[in-house]
Formats: sequence, C-alpha cells, structure tokens
Amino acid sequence: MQLRFEKRLHQSKIMLLAAPFIAIALSVVLSCILLVVLKKPILLTFHSFFIAPFENFYSITEIFLKFGPLLLIAQALAVGFRAKIWNIGAEGQMVIGAIAASAVPVYFVDSTSGWLLPAMIVLGALGGMAWAAIAAFLRTQFNANEILVTLMLTSIALQLLYFLLLGPWKDPMGFNFPQTVMFQDEALFPALFSGVRLNVSIIFPILFTIAVWLFMEKHYGGYKLVVGGLAPSAAGYAGFSSKKAVWGSLLLAGFAAGIAGMSEVAGPIGQLQRSMTSGYGYSAIIVAYLGALNPIGIVFAAFFLAVLHIGGDVALVSAGLPISAVHIFQGMILIFYLSAYAFVNYRLRVVQPVTQPDSAVSS
Amino acid sequence: MSTLEFFLAGTLSAATVFLLAALGELVVEKSGLLNLGVEGMMAVSAAVGFVVTFETGSHIWGFALAGLSGVVISMVFAVVAITFLANQVATGLAVGIMGLGLSALIGREYESRTITSPADLVIPYLSDLPLLGPVLFQQNIVVYLTFLLAVVIGYTLTHTRLGLAIRSVGEQPSAAHALGFPVYLIRYATVAFGGLLAGFAGAYASTIYTPLWADGMIAGRGWIAVALVVFGTWKTGRVAFGALLFGMISLGELIAQSMGARIPSQLLSSLPYIVTIIVLAMISTNKARMKLHAPFSLGEVYDGSEGR
Amino acid sequence: MPSVEPVSADSEPLLSLRNITKAYPSVVANDSINLDVHAGSIHAILGENGAGKSTLMKLAYGVVEPDSGEILWRNKPVDLRSTAAARKLGIGMVFQHFSLFETLSVVENISLTMPGSRKKLARRIAQVGADYDLHVDPAASVHSLSVGERQRVEIIRCLMQDLKLLILDEPTSVLPPQHVSSLFAALRKLRDNGVAILFISHKLEEIRALCDSATILRGGKVAATVNPNEKTAHELATLMIGHDIPQVEARANQVDLNKPLLELSAVSVKSSDPFGTDLKNINLSVHAGEIVGVAGVSGNGQQELSRLISGEHVETSAAFDCIRMMDKPVTYLGAVDRRQLGFAFVPEERLGRGAVPPMSLSKNSLLTASDKGMHRKGFLNKPRMDEFTQHCIKEFDVRCGGVEAEATSLSGGNLQKFIVGRELSLQPKLLFLSQPTWGVDIGAATAIRQRLLDLRDAGVAILVISEELEELFEITDRVYVIRSGTLSPSLVTSDVTPNDIGKYMIGEQQQASVTGGSHAT
Repeated sequence: MQLRFEKRLHQSKIMLLAAPFIAIALSVVLSCILLVVLKKPILLTFHSFFIAPFENFYSITEIFLKFGPLLLIAQALAVGFRAKIWNIGAEGQMVIGAIAASAVPVYFVDSTSGWLLPAMIVLGALGGMAWAAIAAFLRTQFNANEILVTLMLTSIALQLLYFLLLGPWKDPMGFNFPQTVMFQDEALFPALFSGVRLNVSIIFPILFTIAVWLFMEKHYGGYKLVVGGLAPSAAGYAGFSSKKAVWGSLLLAGFAAGIAGMSEVAGPIGQLQRSMTSGYGYSAIIVAYLGALNPIGIVFAAFFLAVLHIGGDVALVSAGLPISAVHIFQGMILIFYLSAYAFVNYRLRVVQPVTQPDSAVSS
Repeated sequence: MSTLEFFLAGTLSAATVFLLAALGELVVEKSGLLNLGVEGMMAVSAAVGFVVTFETGSHIWGFALAGLSGVVISMVFAVVAITFLANQVATGLAVGIMGLGLSALIGREYESRTITSPADLVIPYLSDLPLLGPVLFQQNIVVYLTFLLAVVIGYTLTHTRLGLAIRSVGEQPSAAHALGFPVYLIRYATVAFGGLLAGFAGAYASTIYTPLWADGMIAGRGWIAVALVVFGTWKTGRVAFGALLFGMISLGELIAQSMGARIPSQLLSSLPYIVTIIVLAMISTNKARMKLHAPFSLGEVYDGSEGR
Repeated sequence: MPSVEPVSADSEPLLSLRNITKAYPSVVANDSINLDVHAGSIHAILGENGAGKSTLMKLAYGVVEPDSGEILWRNKPVDLRSTAAARKLGIGMVFQHFSLFETLSVVENISLTMPGSRKKLARRIAQVGADYDLHVDPAASVHSLSVGERQRVEIIRCLMQDLKLLILDEPTSVLPPQHVSSLFAALRKLRDNGVAILFISHKLEEIRALCDSATILRGGKVAATVNPNEKTAHELATLMIGHDIPQVEARANQVDLNKPLLELSAVSVKSSDPFGTDLKNINLSVHAGEIVGVAGVSGNGQQELSRLISGEHVETSAAFDCIRMMDKPVTYLGAVDRRQLGFAFVPEERLGRGAVPPMSLSKNSLLTASDKGMHRKGFLNKPRMDEFTQHCIKEFDVRCGGVEAEATSLSGGNLQKFIVGRELSLQPKLLFLSQPTWGVDIGAATAIRQRLLDLRDAGVAILVISEELEELFEITDRVYVIRSGTLSPSLVTSDVTPNDIGKYMIGEQQQASVTGGSHAT
C-alpha cells in the first residue's frame, strides 16, 4: 500500500480554512517538545503566550500596537505574493521609511509646527517606495531577481541606519548611544487613550486593509495582478503588463512598509534607533501566508502574530524563554502551514498494488 | 607575511565559506529546486559546529555534527517542498526564519566565546615559494578540499551519468520520470547534499574563519551564496570565480582599516551587498542567456502528474 | 463484437491487458480494457481525442499505474510499476511530446537510459540509424534538431535495447507527408524482425495502410477489435465515434482583395527563446472574407509568428508600419490595443494561456472581453461578466457546470469551444487561431471549423496556424508554409496537393518552382 497526492478537481474550501489552525496546532505540539528540551515550564509558557496578553487593558492595547504594522505590511506583501513578485525586503523598506520620516524632527528639532507629522507621513511613504523602486527598476530593466535584491537592500538599509545613528544623526546629549534625539510631541502620533502607547496611526492599516480588499476582490487591477501570478502566459496573452505588476506591487509594499516604519518612530519608539523594526518585515511574510494571502484572512493572522509577539515578551520575563524560541515557533507555523496547504489542492489517495507483490518477472 | 600575501591568502579563506555553500546550492538548483534556506542552514550549523568544537575540542566532531545539522534542516525543506508540493520560495524562507531562531537558541550560552582555530596545512617546499607559497600552500585543509570539491562537482555534473540524471530531473521532471529516473529520490539527495555543504560552510565560518561565536555571524553570506549560483550562470567554474571575488570584497573592511583609509565602516560592510546587486543586474540582463543556462524547471512544483 | 486473429503471430500474446481501469478525478480514462498484442504484428489503438489512448499506452509503459486490472507478459502477470521495469522486459516507447532533454546532445540523451561509454553509444546510434534508415547526428544538441529528427532519436533509443514491443503515440501527427512513408518503412522492417508494435492514432487511412489489427477505443472503453484492412474508413469511423465523421459544409467564397485586414511586410524577428526560431523576411496578408492557413512542422517559427501577430511580442526594432491591421500600423501596439482595433486571437495552449486554469469561466471571460462593459472605472460588473459568459456557453454548446465552473474542470474540447466562443463574441474583424482543434474531439472540431467558414462568409478575415494538413485543406482558401522561420509564397489551396505542401515543409520545394498557382497579394 502506498500513499500518493492526487490533484483535486476543485480547491477544498474546508482545507483552506483549516490549514492555519492545523499549522498552529502542530506547532504548539512541537513546541512542547522544544520546551521540554529547554527545561521550561510548559503551562506557564502557554499561559504567557495565549492568556497573559489579554489579562489587562494595557496589554491588549499593546497587541494592537504590534497588530498595526504587521497588518499594514502583510496586506501589501500578499498582493505581491499573489502576483508572484517576491518582495522579502519589507524590513529594509521600513527602515528607509523611518529614516526619511525622522529627517524632519532631526533637522527641525525646535519646530512645533502642525505640519511636522504630515510631512513625516509623506516622507516615510516616499522613502519606503524609493527603496522598493530600486528593486522594481532592477527587475524590470535588468531582469534582476527581486528576492535577492530586496534582501541585499535590507542589509544596506540597516548599514545606512547604523551610519546615521553613529554619525551625523547621533543625539549629542545621548551619552553616545546610537540613537537620535527624542522627537518633540508635535512629531508624534497622539495616543488613543491616556496611559497607553497605542496611537491614532492604527487607522492606516485599517484603511489600507479595506482598500486592498476592494482592489483585490472587486477591481480589474487586482484581477490583472492575480492572473499574472497564476498564469503568466495568460497575462501576456490578455496584454496585461508584467512590468506594471512589478512596479505596482513593489511600490505598494514600499508605501506600506514606509508608513509602518514612520509609525514606529513617530509612535511607540519616539526616536530613530537601531532596533526600530522589531522584525516586522519578516514576520509580515508569515502573516501574509498564514492569512492565505487573503485580505480578510490576513487580519486574523496579523492579530495572532501580534499576540505571539506580546506573549513572547511576557514569556521572556515570566518563564525565561529566549526570544529566539519565538522565532523558531514562527518559522514552524509557516512550515506546517505550507505543508497543510497541500491538502487544499491535493488529496491523499491510497494506491493498491496492482498484482501480486512480486516484482516484474524476468522472462 | 606582507599585506599582499595576507590579503590574497585571506581571500581564499573567505571565499571558502561562499564556495562551500554555493556549490551545495548549485547542485540543488541543477535538480530543479530553489532552496532559499541556505542562510538558515548555515546559521544553525555554524552554531552547532561552534558549540561542539568548543565542548569537545575537536574540529572534526564540530564539522561532522554541523554537516549533519545542515542535512537535518535541509530535510525539512525537502519534505515540505518535494513531498508536500509547497511553493519553494516560501518554504525556503520559512526554513531560513526557523534556522536563524534555532541558531540563536543553540548559541545563546556561548556569545563572544572563542576557540582556537586549527593549524594550517603547510605543504612542504611549495609553501616556501615567494608569494604563491603563503597564499596557496599555507591554508586550512578545508580550503584545499573545497576547491578540490568544486572540480569534482563540475566534472560530475557535466561528464557523468549521475550528473546527467540530476540535470535531467531539473530540466523536465516528468520526462525524467518517464525515462525511469526516481525524481523524488534524486531531489531529496541533492537537497541533502546542499544541506551538508551549507553545514560545512557554517562550521568553517564559525570554527576556522572567525572562531568566535556571535549571534547573526553568518550575516547574509548564505544569501550571497544563492546569488553566486545565478552569478555563475549555473556553471561550477564561474561560481568558484564569483566566490573568490566575494571573498576579496568581504576583506575590504579589514584592508581599508589596515591602510588607514577614512571610509565609513558601514559603507565597507555594505560593499558585498552592493556588489551583489550590481553583479546580479549585469548578469541577469541578458534574458536569453539566463534562460539557456538556468535549469528549465527551476522552482516549479512537480506533482508527478502526467499532464494528460 | 468480432475478435480477429492477428495476421502473423504465434498464438501466445506478448502483452495482454486484462480489465484495466484507470480513473482521473475528472474522468474514467480507461474502463475495463482488454487487449492482446502479439510479436511480429502492428497493432493499432484507434480512438478520437479523449478516448483514453494515451493513458492506455502510459499504463503499458509503466508511466502510470492502473487502479485495477492485470497486465500479463507472455501470459504471466507483471508489475509494471516503473518505466525501468517496462524497459527491462523489452518495451520501448516513443512519446507524442518527446521525452528528450533539449539542453543535452543526442548521445547524452541516450546515455541516460543506456549503459556504455558515449563513444560506443555514438557508434551504435550510427549503426542502428543505418540499419533502419533513421539517420541522426549523435553529437548534435537536441534543441537544434527538427521534430522528425527528434522522433528518430526516440525510436533509435528504443531500438538500442533488446526491443520486443515498441509503443508509438500519434507518431505521424508531427511529420510532413513525405516522412510518414519512411517511418512506416522502418516500422514494417521492425515487425518483420519479430517486434510487436503498438501504434496509437486517430487517422483512419494510415491505420488501414499499416496495421494488422486494431483496438478501437470510445469513451475509455473498447468499442471493437478488428482487422483494419477488412474495414472501410467509414466503418472504422462509425466504430470510433458512434456515427460517421461529420463534414463541414463548404461554400463558394468571395474574397475582397481590396481589403487586407492583416499585412506583414518583410518582418524579421530574433527569437527571445534561446531554443526558438528566428523569423526571416515574413510577408503575409489576410483579406476580409478569406481563411488563410499557415502549414508547417512544429518548431519552425509558428510560436514566434503567433506571438508577433498577437502582440504578445512587440518587436521594437522593426519598421513602424511593417505590421498592419485594419489598415493601421500596429507594429508597436500591444495585445490590448490590437484587440481594440477588432483583432481576436485563440492561442494553441488552452490552459495557462487562453484561460487561467483555477479561475471560473466568468473570470476567464474578463481576460480578453473586459471592454464589453465588464468594469466601470475599474470596478468589476459581475452580472455583466456572468451574462457574457452564459452567452458563450449557450451559443457554443459548452458542456460545463455553469459560469462558476473552473477552466480546469472542462474537457479539452469544451474549453476550446469556450475560448473560441469568447473571442468570437468580441465580434472581431480579424480572427487568428493557432492549432484550433488540437486535442479536441471530432464533434467539437467540426463545430469550430463550421463556425469559421460561416464567419468567413460574413466577411471576417481569418488566419489559422495548423499542423493538421487535413484541416487546412478543409477550410482554407490560401495557405503559406513555414519552414525555419521563412514563409513560402502564398498558395491557393484548391490548386495544390498535400504532397506539394509537404515539399515546402521539408524544404525540397524552392521558391522558383511553384506547382500550384500562387497569386500576388
């Protein structure tokens, strides 16, 4: 008896919904083993991850603080992934967005103008788009693989960040820490409630999600992108421009990541510093897949990963769980999700031996 | 050693990390799979190699277990991408993300620890040659073996039945299946081989090239190895040349410092990435040539159906 | 159902299939098939597209495994689980779409399955080639070979093993008429040497000419096993499709020679595919009210020509008015702009080019018919999409599960009817079809051809690229022959014979001596 994958005639909608849950369940099981190996308390760890984040109001607002950038970037990445354009450098686009936005408060330290924040939003978006545009240009003009280019650009963006923080933009009163001045209040988003860090920038991912949903589900432009991803020859036959698809999806991701980076420095961080991205650019890739590249699915996936980020912080304190364990857990979820996804398009079939088990007779 | 000798010898040593990983990825891609998890595999095995060498004092054990851990991680990719027919780009990224996490976890008790790197293999008489001696004949044994391996892999891919089988699986898996080749088996084997070499590359980086543990020490070298395969247009000799080039570039920071040049170190650190982008653009711009040399089915899912 | 003893064979069958069934998710390809093949005879598997011929052959060669049933080799059960097992028994197969690797040389390809050094193999290739009149250069790269030469390589590869049974899947569909007879000569020689041959085809006349016995498949089942020499083509056809082959009604035709709707003048294009064919100095015209065909063996530039005309490839280095449609220069226009001028195109690949496989028919309508009011300011008008799709389904008798059915769920013939229907619903002035009836069942093929003739009479200009000479003779008014990227002069179809076309296909006919009347355009 043998098991084989056989293509289904229609995608299984049930598996499509079940796959992320299967992936999470399997990851949880495997993590238990990991926790035993690490000699960490299993129950306390799971409490830290899945219950503690909801135990008080502040903590819940913190979830939404992480939810915002993850949602924003993942929505944009998913558009590209559906068009088979692999931008995995959102992290770098986020950094450049943050740098561009920070230029305003860094160079206008004493300004109290109401234009500070709008200028930062515009510059953040443009910065992220400019960084993504390099990859789009090299892909469309020189056929250079966007996976490698966006990745390399992320490393370069980080070096640029370090250069600025150690050199020209270093806070002169900052005890030589690699960070800029703290931004003035006019350069920061106002908090939604007093005493929490969650701020009005949460509106960006929400509006962006609605826009992406409309574009992908109801608009001809989204349809063209999806055709390009599913069947490039059909897109060529129909006359849809592959260059426009590359430019469009990369600029969209640059825009989203730029705004996300800007929202971090003009929000919870309040200055430009080394670890400003929190790895959102990479986590967003997992969010995009776990949400089945679907705008609505991504909302749930982003929320789940935001909980995981907060839970990781809690577990670090309460159970002494190293933060790297959270990264492993994230990677595991994506690996199990991709495996479970096979059942969306295929089903397992038992292949019976045709004749007696002897192999071919030699005549 | 003169500066020039130091520079050239260092180039060979630095190139070894790139070359080991790139050779593995080359074989994987020749069989039609794109494994983007090289960085993650290298990171895990660098940690394993360091920890084992640190604890046992044996570089051989370090390499052996690092190679084994590379194979284990690569099998995760193989199961998901070959058996579960998943998108290879996403799978490679997932393996990479998990690998970086594992690497940090394994090495977390060893941050900033050092080990002694093993003595170089000095080849008698030849190493006394001016310039060539110190550059070519006073290297770690892994350096010699890696360049020897490049020759063996180049020959195997172009001149042997095994090489033909690997290439045919990467060109048209359904035709290879029709001819009776075990497509899945060959692909599992190449991925394992790629994992083994990525493992060795990681071990070389953490126990010989810079025998000091720091989280994130692979620092994109796995990605550059992937780029090298494209750079070399899937030809072993050109991949080796690319590895030497990048070995040289990665020494730029050291050299500039030793010469007292006042260039921001961040710019020098970015240099390998910048050069990768430029070189990638230059090589890829000739679409017809890329199409001619790239394995035809690279990155495509093969589900064993006949396409009636 | 009469069972006929094969002409020249021993009583023990070499290969027997007993109650073989193989089902795919969408269709039962083979349903309780029984079949005997004897040494020293040529056995035909006859059936129309979709009858299950190819599946049956793949079962016999171990490429796919049956769901149930038994395969016997000299009356003993065997497990044909892999092609290696099949080859070990002495079974060889020549595929319809060849299983050769383009980047490898002939000898490298053969060494994939044969032991021995390349030098020795090269010598044996030459030897076998001489024995059977199948000449090919062992050192040549496969991508530089013609389709006929590739077929020879596949046959030689089979001959180099200890061959007992040779399976050929539609071997003549890729050959010019002249080469068919030399293939048949080689096959007869093999039969006389005691080899059994399974010959898959849907061409009645060649089966009658070549084969000793025939198994006729219909809808995955054995319809009959007969001696084809004792049956008329009419009888075979009736067994194959259940009724006589329908004929299209041809009518006399008026061409408006003053109204060229497509003109290519002296176009040269370098192929972007390293294994492709460059187009050289192409001159071609299609007028309102005529059907013009392009004949030729595949791989001679048809791909490049179709992409050039469709606008999928825009040749920026060509003169700006060297391609004209509806009397306007379109050289630099893309597919969308050409469509807006009244051009429509049916490509040869249905899944993946003419239609997006996992998408619904409704969404596949949007692919080329978006201008039919399917979006307002970019926002999709779903009712309009469904209405248009429903119209195509009804008008062209597409058997499917409605507008939401995925393109993959349709049979080849029905999907082709849908695509043709979609393009015709654009009401084009100029219609271009590439291999319009490839892999399509006879009923659908006839319907499509009839439709083209009706459109021609209504004044539409139609260009058809086809490898099926019969099809071109049935519907075209003029033909060109494409070979190595160059076009022959225009030939009036009624003035030439298939053999004349064949001469252009293989390059025997030079520009100067044109048997049929060519008319200046």
